[in-house]
Amino acid sequence: MKPRRFNMRSLILNTGSTLLLPLLVLFSLFLLLRGHDEPGGGFIGGLVAAAAVALKLFAEDYKAARDMLRVHPLQLVGVGLVLAALASLPALLVGQSFFTAQWWLVDLPIFGELKLSTPLLFDIGVFLGVIGTVLTVVFTLAEAEHS
Amino acid sequence: MDLEVLVALPIIIPLLLGAISLTVLSNHNAQRWIGAVGTALLLISSIALLFQTKDHGIQVLEVGSWPAPFGIVLVSDMLGAIMVVLACITGFATALYSLKTVRKRFERFGYYPLLHLLLAGVNGAFLTGDIFNLYVWFEVLLVASFALLILGGERAQMEGAIKYVTLNLLSSALFLTAIGLTYGLVGTLNMADIAVKLGSVDDQKMVTVIGSLFLIAFAIKAAAFPLFFWLPASYHTPQVAVSAIFAGLLTKVGVYALYRVFTLIFTADTGFTHEILLWIAILTMLTGVLGAAAQFEIRRILSFHIISQIGYMILGLALFTPLAIIGGVFYIMHHIIVKANLFLVAGLIYRLRGSFELKKLGGLYKDHPGLAILFLIPALSLAGVPPLSGFFAKFILIKAGVEASAWWAVGVALLVGLLTLFSMIKIWNEAFWKGTPEPAPAIPAPTRNALLYWTIGILAAMTVAIGIFAQPIYVMAEMAAHQLLNPSIYIEAVLGGQTP
Repeated sequence: MKPRRFNMRSLILNTGSTLLLPLLVLFSLFLLLRGHDEPGGGFIGGLVAAAAVALKLFAEDYKAARDMLRVHPLQLVGVGLVLAALASLPALLVGQSFFTAQWWLVDLPIFGELKLSTPLLFDIGVFLGVIGTVLTVVFTLAEAEHS
Repeated sequence: MDLEVLVALPIIIPLLLGAISLTVLSNHNAQRWIGAVGTALLLISSIALLFQTKDHGIQVLEVGSWPAPFGIVLVSDMLGAIMVVLACITGFATALYSLKTVRKRFERFGYYPLLHLLLAGVNGAFLTGDIFNLYVWFEVLLVASFALLILGGERAQMEGAIKYVTLNLLSSALFLTAIGLTYGLVGTLNMADIAVKLGSVDDQKMVTVIGSLFLIAFAIKAAAFPLFFWLPASYHTPQVAVSAIFAGLLTKVGVYALYRVFTLIFTADTGFTHEILLWIAILTMLTGVLGAAAQFEIRRILSFHIISQIGYMILGLALFTPLAIIGGVFYIMHHIIVKANLFLVAGLIYRLRGSFELKKLGGLYKDHPGLAILFLIPALSLAGVPPLSGFFAKFILIKAGVEASAWWAVGVALLVGLLTLFSMIKIWNEAFWKGTPEPAPAIPAPTRNALLYWTIGILAAMTVAIGIFAQPIYVMAEMAAHQLLNPSIYIEAVLGGQTP
């Protein structure tokens, strides 16, 4: 039997999604990096990125969305958690208490000052973790529909 | 700072292990290696922490360099450090046992990451010095345990899980309410700080009410009378390795929380709270053991015995004398190892005979005398036969009861010990001693059980060792009790000289 397709497929959504997808991903990265000092951050950025993949799922199909992600969403959760946990350790190298935030200022030739930090690493971890968690849920539901 | 990081290791190691094994979810071998080697490392780090705490006093780590009453602190006092070591022993034994018993299907659903997460939650709960953080760790371990409980998705598992989830959520809600009220009253979440500030609160009745809320919340989590029935409904349903770690650890986190909160924070009205605790202890002991007498399935018998044992531990807290607290701590040390081991033995019996039902078992002594002895050691220890660990644990508690003239408690404790022996002999007679029942069960005869025997053997050796080398263990329990009964030591360590 041919697997049942989502009945949401439409030309408008399909065309729109090709335009929207890169924007959504870019926006999610913007939110992630902005979250330091202003509203935003890993959690909200992760949700937007997951929404981008979900859009792909609705516009095309389950397989396309999975191919776009390339890895199993649970693996993303794993990588995210590893990054978040690792963010607690650099403080120990400089002899400070566990989980103390570390900041490294890097001067780039054209862009100017770049602030790298363990909170950023932690936020990237959260970002990946949220994408992974949301997509695990979405994919599980889609899989149930698919088969 | 130097060795302060030891306090964080028992939490960060399992978190990292869990995360790494999640990234290699499809590689079963890697997951198993991470499980076995990682939990061994974890055990080593926890022992280092215990020695550090024993030699240099309470260890405090201010996470992220945020100072004490404002940031979250991790505190390792003797009780916490002992509990962490016990958790890591159980974790290591479970990881070894899982190598041979957990099916690939469960590994694909994330068995190992969940196991590590569970350990992180348990260790976090033992080490945190912040009451809200304690709640968070409770949730972490509960989420992991929900998932572990229903891996496999059988009908009985779902049925047990519903009771488990419902009652534990109720307990969490009460816990959270109590935390909210506490914060409203004193405006701090640091446990040491709460202990200091509660003394100067005008409305002492409100303090007692909050104390009672904590009491109910933790009593549910510890499976104490009267809200214990989630435990026998669920603990026999998952795989044996999961049952073992649940039986060894989860209810003890509730007991630990009771010990922590009712020695550090709510000590003003002990006449009221500890009287309630005493009756809870007595009724928990009795109901547990009577429930066990009516069961004929090994894991269910063992589950009911967890409840009756919880009663002994609470008894130690309820009597609230130095000797009683020592007895309680000693009892926890003895119990975690013995209980986890008994479940592992039950799993091996199932592997050899294909059943947990006493009616269908028999003749194990004739075929597997080694296993029979390995069963007898924890079983007799549980019942309190000298010179095994359980004897000393019960002896100290009962002596404390006699000194405190708590005759009802002493009588019930003795009676329950006797009934426990009866229960263990029931398993012995039915499963090991009587002949193989007709028709003989078709045995799949799995081979390569050496690792399982080793795991059980090591835990049994620990049980014997706690009995023989009771003195050093007693000294550690004594140190823990000393710190618990003098909360000023804990408060001083956490808040330093800056206390008001």
